[in-house]
Amino acid sequence: MNILEVNNLSKVFKLHILNNKKLEALADINFTMKEGEIIGLTGKSGSGKSSLMKCIYRTYLASSGEIIYGSKDGYLDLVKADDHRIIELRKNEINYCSQFLSVIPRVTAVDVVCENLFRIEKDKEAARAKAKQMLEQLALPGELFDAFPVTFSGGEQQRVNVARSIIASPRFLLIDEPTASLDARTKDVVIDMILSLKRNGTSVLCISHDEYALDRLCDRRIDLQFGRINEVEIVE
Amino acid sequence: MTFNQDNWLLRVRNLTKIYGEPNERTLAQTGPEFGSNICPETESIVACADISFDLYPGEVLGIVGESGSGKSTVVKMLYFDFEKTFGSAWLKPYNNGLIDILQESNQRKRYIRNNLMGMVYQNPRDGLNFGFSSGGNIAEKLIMAGQMNVGSIRARAADLLTKTEVPVQRMDHRPGTFSGGMQQRVQISKAIANNPPLLFLDEVTTGLDVSVQAKVLDLIRELQTTLGIAMIVVSHDLSVIRMLTDRVMVMKNGRIVESGLTDQILQDPQHEYSQLLVSSLL
Repeated sequence: MNILEVNNLSKVFKLHILNNKKLEALADINFTMKEGEIIGLTGKSGSGKSSLMKCIYRTYLASSGEIIYGSKDGYLDLVKADDHRIIELRKNEINYCSQFLSVIPRVTAVDVVCENLFRIEKDKEAARAKAKQMLEQLALPGELFDAFPVTFSGGEQQRVNVARSIIASPRFLLIDEPTASLDARTKDVVIDMILSLKRNGTSVLCISHDEYALDRLCDRRIDLQFGRINEVEIVE
Repeated sequence: MTFNQDNWLLRVRNLTKIYGEPNERTLAQTGPEFGSNICPETESIVACADISFDLYPGEVLGIVGESGSGKSTVVKMLYFDFEKTFGSAWLKPYNNGLIDILQESNQRKRYIRNNLMGMVYQNPRDGLNFGFSSGGNIAEKLIMAGQMNVGSIRARAADLLTKTEVPVQRMDHRPGTFSGGMQQRVQISKAIANNPPLLFLDEVTTGLDVSVQAKVLDLIRELQTTLGIAMIVVSHDLSVIRMLTDRVMVMKNGRIVESGLTDQILQDPQHEYSQLLVSSLL
């Protein structure tokens, strides 16, 4: 079964406030993704990797084409699906881990990590224990668990961000630069966590510039150039 | 849990409010493309027109737009503060969503308001009776909904004030002696006293200083996550919208110019006015 089929996807930004200037971010994007597969998305900065991911998550509205997603309840086109359907998929199936942590202010690191877990785990203390365990594995200093992530360093925020996006084992994970700003040991922990999700059936689309992470994680790589697919490579 | 399109809590169709004497060309000659909501022929004012949306249980919907765009008018019609000119609204918990609540008698509207809805206004004087104590204000809402037992009413009021961090010792004081942030929290306590499935919040943090604003926003978020109340949040402040809402409608000159997921509207706004609004964000 395919988790994702992207057909003729394009994205053009029309900037009304800059005299209707048009910016083409993506064109002719076609690829499919099997359930349980990890695809690495590579390419230079500005090649359209994040735009593609945001189109899939519906943070961006695609200008044309289809993004067929194989949900638990059957196939649907994420480009055209009702907002409420997207909200529900985001709660139950699809998670997006952006490059930078963006969270509700005044929520502690542990509760940020638990946000998705609270929906399925009614026992809040059990959820918090699981989050703490995960943050420990990621070597986040214990005194930060009950602090607000706004004040954290880049690497610390990154770990909170990764933990919150994988803790509830999403069905489909979109993850942007999960190993950037992490030391070698923590990098391996993150990679192992993602691989363990995959063993449990999660499909992962991962943007990365990190050759080591890509080698360890990916089944296939898709390389983007100027908003188009340059090359698809199967990793042995 | 499978997605069910008939699972809406509140359904609104073509809600319209016009002041003055419109003619048949009024709607066609007003709106964002004319940059005005005043009819050039009749000078009638289209406060809002053709407002249609579905709100789902537990969902938080934002309405954003500049002053005078009609956003408050929408919620005030739904809360029966203003009479509609046209349009319909259905509320699932009221007769299973089969009756247009805007057509109901005043008596039925009062029932809906007291049992199924809550409203928090920008100005606490609109939502609270300043002649009553803070506890009395909460009691008023409970009594209107048919509760009679003084002991349980007082217990509920104390519970709500604790939840909203208003010192219970001040339960018998009048809201006029409270700070603005506290008045707003009393207003929120009153609005949620009957556990309504639907809460309207009209510019509730406008005019409060930032630390008090933060406390009120945290309280609203807490209520949303713990009680699962569906909310319509009216605000001109995109930070408030970003923090609280799942979905947002952008209004200009009385019309919805764009609606979508909040992150989509903030990162990929389509309409000219939404782009201007987002680019104005500090």
